[in-house]
Amino acid sequence: MAHRFKSDLTWSDVTPENVFLNRRAFMAGSAAMVAGGIAGPAFAASNYSTKEEPNTWDEITNYNNFYEFGTGKSDPAEYAGALTTSPWKVEIGGMVDKPGDYSFEDIMAAMTVEERIYRFRCVEAWSMVIPWNGFELADLLNMAGVQSGAKYVAFETLVRPEEMWGQKRNFVPWPYREGLRLDEAMHPLTIMATGIYGKDIPNQNGAPMRLVVPWKYGFKSIKSIVKITLTDKQPEASWNMIQPREYGFYSNVNPEVDHPRWSQASERRVGGGLLAKRIPTQMFNGYADEVAGLYEGMDLTKNF
Amino acid sequence: MSHALTPSERINAVLRPIPKWLIYLVGAAPGLYIIVGTVLAFQGVDLFGGSLGIDPVKTIERWLGELAIQFFVATLLISVLRDQFRLKLIKFRRPLGLLTFFYAFLHLAIWAWLDLQWRWAEIWTDILKRPFMTIGMLSLLLLIPLAVTSNNAAIKKLGPVAWQKLHKLAYPAILLGGVHYVMMQRVWETEALIYLGAICVLLGFRVKKHLKVSARA
Repeated sequence: MAHRFKSDLTWSDVTPENVFLNRRAFMAGSAAMVAGGIAGPAFAASNYSTKEEPNTWDEITNYNNFYEFGTGKSDPAEYAGALTTSPWKVEIGGMVDKPGDYSFEDIMAAMTVEERIYRFRCVEAWSMVIPWNGFELADLLNMAGVQSGAKYVAFETLVRPEEMWGQKRNFVPWPYREGLRLDEAMHPLTIMATGIYGKDIPNQNGAPMRLVVPWKYGFKSIKSIVKITLTDKQPEASWNMIQPREYGFYSNVNPEVDHPRWSQASERRVGGGLLAKRIPTQMFNGYADEVAGLYEGMDLTKNF
Repeated sequence: MSHALTPSERINAVLRPIPKWLIYLVGAAPGLYIIVGTVLAFQGVDLFGGSLGIDPVKTIERWLGELAIQFFVATLLISVLRDQFRLKLIKFRRPLGLLTFFYAFLHLAIWAWLDLQWRWAEIWTDILKRPFMTIGMLSLLLLIPLAVTSNNAAIKKLGPVAWQKLHKLAYPAILLGGVHYVMMQRVWETEALIYLGAICVLLGFRVKKHLKVSARA
């Protein structure tokens, strides 16, 4: 596994033995089930998961920003059915030892999927709690072998206008692209999600494989990834290209740095209906203990 | 006179009998539905069901904003239709204008109430610091004197010349409203741009007419 946090505890300390032993068998089984497209049972839980109540399947899969399928929140659920996600391959290249096309099946066979219940905070000041299934991005990058000079990871979404009608319009310079610093990408909180609630991730949520970086605004968590490039230069990021004044490269959740057009001090948790209470937004979306160290000494109002 | 009726005259004949109160009633219905549904929600009664989607607050905000701009365009359209096609719809202009104000005000109220939940610090920073909010607010402020003077007593008191002059505020107000709509989107949204385009065309007609009138004077 990728470099976990240093702690005196090991998995055997926090996990009853029967569960621990079960987990290994469980993993092998569930990976096979995911590959076969069968909705598996709940995956092994993680101590990175929040205890907060997750949003419902309906909320998570019917309220999406995925401009490849239109700019309305319900557009992706309506139109993403047109997307073919099998076969699927991811081109991993740049500063890696083993560049090449990796098929989705080969990746899944090599990865350990677990459940991560994360807070998800959109830059538009709404939020959800989502029970993702996925594997740590670090494991995938290590599989390709990161070379020593690499400093950043660049990601690209599929371009296929005949199945993604939004790409016929050019309000976003396609392909949608995103990037992380290598230490952000290797952080154990950073995952590639392949499922939600133990089911295959639906197209509108970024099938078959999308990034999830829970301490950053949602748009950093790029969907339906076909290309990953290790590089020594800061990669381009779509929203930063569209409107650099409003969207920085880092885009860490930060209640003290407002979006130029609205406050980021608080958020509405989707699912509470008409009277949902607004809640204060937390620094790094509540993951400050885990990730604040990555940005030590940086001026976060400049590097927003 | 025994000439055949022109299409405009036919339309005038059909529309003339429509009472003004019907425009008020039908026009205000969506707004009243939202007000009643929201008040009931606080009593624990769910009038809307799932009809407003996953995020009903945003749906309502957007819906009210769109109604405001649609009624505003309709209001401005009345005099353009009169000048271009001799359609006599002027009796509907006051109801349409007042409905514009009703929806613009409700749009702001729902935002402050359901979305920002009376967090005054955030409300004021939003209005004062964010250009798209400031522009929207300015548009609404310009509508206040128009709404207050949209009655016969005010016309009498001000006199027709001053009243007409005052109501030219509608032109900057609708332009600001259209700009607000375009600016609140994250990308250049076609629908918002179409509204802004329509507003500019209508304003073009009005300005052209005023130039002609003042040239003659």
